[in-house]
Amino acid sequence: MRSLLKVLAPAVILAFAVPAVVSAQSQGRLFPDVGKPLSEKEVKAFDRIIGPDGNALPVGRGTAKEGEVVFVKRCQVCHGVNGEGGILRRLTIGKPGQPYRGDYYGPNQDKMNGVSYYPVPTIAWDYINRAMPVPNPGTLTPNEVYSLVAFLFYRNGIINEGDVMDQTTLPKVVMPNKDGFVPAKPVYPPEKKPSWW
Amino acid sequence: MEMKSDRRRFLQQTAAIAGVAAGAGLAAKAGPAQAQGNNVHVEPPRRGARYSIDHMTHYTPLHELKSVITPSRLHFMQQHTSEFPEIEAEHHTVSIYGLVDRPLRFSVADLKRLPSVSRVHFLECHANSSLAIHGTGNENMGPPVQYIHGMTSSSEWTGVPMSVLLREAGVKSTGTWIVNEGGDACNFSHTLPTGKAMEDCFIAYAQNGDPLRVEQGFPIRMIVPGWEAPFSVKYLKNIKVVDQPYHAWNESMNHSVARPDLGGKVRWYHFQFGPKSIITNPSAGLQMGAKGYNQITGIAWSGGGKITRVEISVDGGKNWRDAKIQDPVHTKAHTRFTYDWDWNGQDAVIVSRATDDQRELQPTLAELGKYWGIKMDEWRQKEDKPRAIHMNSQQPWKVNKDGSISDALFA
Repeated sequence: MRSLLKVLAPAVILAFAVPAVVSAQSQGRLFPDVGKPLSEKEVKAFDRIIGPDGNALPVGRGTAKEGEVVFVKRCQVCHGVNGEGGILRRLTIGKPGQPYRGDYYGPNQDKMNGVSYYPVPTIAWDYINRAMPVPNPGTLTPNEVYSLVAFLFYRNGIINEGDVMDQTTLPKVVMPNKDGFVPAKPVYPPEKKPSWW
Repeated sequence: MEMKSDRRRFLQQTAAIAGVAAGAGLAAKAGPAQAQGNNVHVEPPRRGARYSIDHMTHYTPLHELKSVITPSRLHFMQQHTSEFPEIEAEHHTVSIYGLVDRPLRFSVADLKRLPSVSRVHFLECHANSSLAIHGTGNENMGPPVQYIHGMTSSSEWTGVPMSVLLREAGVKSTGTWIVNEGGDACNFSHTLPTGKAMEDCFIAYAQNGDPLRVEQGFPIRMIVPGWEAPFSVKYLKNIKVVDQPYHAWNESMNHSVARPDLGGKVRWYHFQFGPKSIITNPSAGLQMGAKGYNQITGIAWSGGGKITRVEISVDGGKNWRDAKIQDPVHTKAHTRFTYDWDWNGQDAVIVSRATDDQRELQPTLAELGKYWGIKMDEWRQKEDKPRAIHMNSQQPWKVNKDGSISDALFA
């Protein structure tokens, strides 16, 4: 009897305790036993998808001066001095104090490679952080990424040399090409017919 | 012969640089098999290839294929890194998080336990058939139909519908867009409307009955039917549900184009492909058979749905006759057509045009230019040709008296 209780007791606890936990997690699920729930903390640890609102940006800061040091070491070999052209994409189209405001058609289509072309500032952070530098992406610290963004924005005439880029200031930067894309707010399904034009 | 060994050496070198066996399916070894004569397929069709520091491209040899299914090893590829990721399937997971009630993580084994679908769909690079690539091929890229139009392929993909997975996670009403992220070196990311994901997108783990090949995103990739292939993120790792399009770098930079019809502004989010067809045989760089019966064959496809009609002109688009559409016809998939032609041995311009079940007709280059506000003269110019993506204009080939065939798009 005692041994039976020993076996049953955990089972009873399980029978009551587990559904209470599971119901919050599995309510509305058709396949509750497939896949594992993720906690907010776990998500925060791996999430690097940054949107225009900048909500998922990590804490950090950087300036153009600090960014130049990183750029020379990690980026210049491909993108050239000040990002003005090397073996890969030319990143700098404008000049300090003089942002490039278009156009990007025909003979000017190569200018699309420049940071000035981005419609929203967070693209710079998201992409440098996820994909650069080419041989070793993921090796830059948040401070280094903020400072590289500051450097490139400064060289493109988008911010001033002394401006600090951090999780609050970066999403607020006004890009020179912010109105260069249509529709201003993409919708699905698209309104224009036929939709493949 | 020398060309072939040069090509093989090039491929071996690039494979060595990339640190992977990129030559698989490319460099057919002659040797013992060759001694057995014609009974053995010693020279299977080859992928065309082009490699650079930050890109790897494979082109499908469309002119050598007869099926609506592209053999997996010949599927086109456009990879934004210089090497393939080596992912262990048993440790790979995909996480769904963001604006959902229940953030969840699925292993590949988990995905295989869920309801599956198998569907035949084409995937096409947004820049396939680019005007700038006409006349720029090299020996590693195959004949024009391969290097101009060979960034489209069609496979039977098997996987789990996104509707099943998003339902498990419980998308909040504000979660109108999702961002898919891959596990390759560039962590390739791309935005997708939740509405489209719920309609017909799925996470594939098999291609033509086999596990995905590494070039195609092993162990799992997104399939977004009918839309430009960058939406179909490979090596899929994360799915974040969000409240607005995120304009990831690849979609706002690389994959966007300024257009005169928009006042020089840029149209982003070109979603689906229009109706399109290509005559694959005969085509530029190949040789006509003798005067008389020559079958015209090719492929047609549309991001809008099924192909309902393919027409052929052998006089440069003046007169059109129906081609035979060959079963099976899948939706948003390559469809084969044939046309029996009695070639009189004279100069001729052959061209096809497709219609889909949305009653959309494949345009001529001039018509497409009109939609975009681009003049034919601008497109004809050698340097600084205006960039255009989603090129689905008709492709005329010029058949010459001597049996040679050339590209007549700008003629």
